[in-house]
Amino acid sequence: MPVATAMLEDQDSAASRMAAPSRFGDKAFEWLTLGMALAVILLVFLIGWQLARGSTLAIQKFGFHFLTTSTWDPVAEQFGALPFIYGTVVSSLIALLIAVPLSIGTAVYLTELAPLWIRQPIVSLVEMLAAIPSVILGLWGIFVMIPWLRDYLFPLLKKLFGWTPFFTGPIYGTSMLAGGMIIAVMILPIITSVSREILRSVPKLQREAAYALGATRWEVTRIAVLSYARKGLFGAGILGLGRALGETMAVTMVIGNTPQIAVSLFKPGYTLASVIANEFTEATSDIYLQALFEIGLVLFGVTIVVNLLAQLLLKTMTTKTATRAVQ
Amino acid sequence: MHSKDKDRHRWRKFKSGLVSFGTLAAAVLVIAPLGLVFFHLLVNGAGAVNWDFFTQLPKPVGAPGGGMVNAIVGSLELLALGSAVGIPIGVLGGVYLAEYGSARGNAMLRFIADVLNGVPSITWGVVVYGLVVLRFKGFSAYAGGLALGLIMIPLILRTTEEVILLVPNGYREASLALGIARWKTIVNVVMKTASKGIITGILLALARIGGETAPLLFTAFGNRFWNHDLSQPIAALPLQIFTYAISPYDDWHRQAWAGALVLVMGIFCINVLVRILTRDRAGTST
Repeated sequence: MPVATAMLEDQDSAASRMAAPSRFGDKAFEWLTLGMALAVILLVFLIGWQLARGSTLAIQKFGFHFLTTSTWDPVAEQFGALPFIYGTVVSSLIALLIAVPLSIGTAVYLTELAPLWIRQPIVSLVEMLAAIPSVILGLWGIFVMIPWLRDYLFPLLKKLFGWTPFFTGPIYGTSMLAGGMIIAVMILPIITSVSREILRSVPKLQREAAYALGATRWEVTRIAVLSYARKGLFGAGILGLGRALGETMAVTMVIGNTPQIAVSLFKPGYTLASVIANEFTEATSDIYLQALFEIGLVLFGVTIVVNLLAQLLLKTMTTKTATRAVQ
Repeated sequence: MHSKDKDRHRWRKFKSGLVSFGTLAAAVLVIAPLGLVFFHLLVNGAGAVNWDFFTQLPKPVGAPGGGMVNAIVGSLELLALGSAVGIPIGVLGGVYLAEYGSARGNAMLRFIADVLNGVPSITWGVVVYGLVVLRFKGFSAYAGGLALGLIMIPLILRTTEEVILLVPNGYREASLALGIARWKTIVNVVMKTASKGIITGILLALARIGGETAPLLFTAFGNRFWNHDLSQPIAALPLQIFTYAISPYDDWHRQAWAGALVLVMGIFCINVLVRILTRDRAGTST
């Protein structure tokens, strides 16, 4: 049907084209689409250029100290990003510690162990979790998760692990640990669905060979599947790390937004993305705004490197990247 | 000896069962937040979603009632502006990757698009602030729409490419054999055949950016009133939810829950639509 309509439309011009087959339309269309495809390269450079341009003064003024000092005082115009770098790294690591085992466990369940009828419904639910906006998870975090953490989980942790430096001091609720936990929820879906895609790409023969040797289900999974998929699963974790580093709204709402470097996870923290979200519109002086642009530049640089690494790791596992199922 | 083997076998079986249970528990824990968030959205939000919510402007602090009609309309306007940027570039770029180019160059572009998908959304806000807000000396709906549109580009590009590659080559050959120009073949035959998939990709991208807050904080900025001029700040539902959630007022908290419920419902409606559209292409979407 589409062919027929296209042909009809073409009929009146058929004679002229036979006389001199013009390839102008073809060339123009190809160049047009090429231009649009090249936009992705342009965008990467645009981000880098804009962030660098916006922070030139700050880079000149603070130099390398920007990354290694921890005074953040807009009034005195002293800007050191270390507390934010620390907060971003620690909250992301907490998130990975929680999310990676859960996600890979779920992926194993979904590809190796679960009854067939339940697999698709769980996959759909994971996709629905991915569709919940960060700001809504943050809202839930403020009014539901934080009170629960403050009244139940944190006191319990303090009782059990209070002898370590990580679970000491007063409990406010809003804290580095809460930030890490909410990031974990945000990155669960992507790690789960990428891991699942990786495990599904493990050849059936691998499993059959292990079963033939008399292995139990878990032994098959461990020997034939997980060890084969190791690299890809690592890539899935790194992809999750990339998302965790840049996660903004939900973290901003529960982490406490205090620029400090504290060992105790009950203490509030601050992340690179959060400080941009909170202070950007309040930046009154040029140098303040420049410092925030520089934080954006740091965040962009780190996430680009992490994402490059993740894509490289995933590419060796599957020809088709699975990142699109859950964006 | 014999019983030792049996014990060992039993132990291996037990271990296998234990791990199976562990992975099931992991799956339950992954799904749990979804259930909890939904439950609390309904409990806290359902009471505040009423006719006023969809028809009234926000009330000042202290005055009960009021709604978010300006934010809902604002979000739709921002989505429209974003689409104007994201859809043409994303779809045509995807067409290029599927129909033209060299394998190597395209793999590179694909790779960059995937990396671009991982750029934190707040980064786009900072970039558009520098590009548009600083230059034109003010927050505006245009700036917010541009930020959302840029986020859409890599998303739509990749889904479009994927569905266009699914179109059988016979279709292209049949059309070309009739003497139809290649670009007309692509537009009228290939893209038309893949249109359902392309629309699905666009809808998924809209569902994703519809909940974005970070890139709007300092581009669209938010507005407590109607916006009659796209070069002025504009309200957006996610922004309004954020502002209300971190405020100290109970009335506003209730409104935040109601807004969140409405936003989630909107996003899930799009997802259901996508599911209906992709129902007969089993295996390609999940």
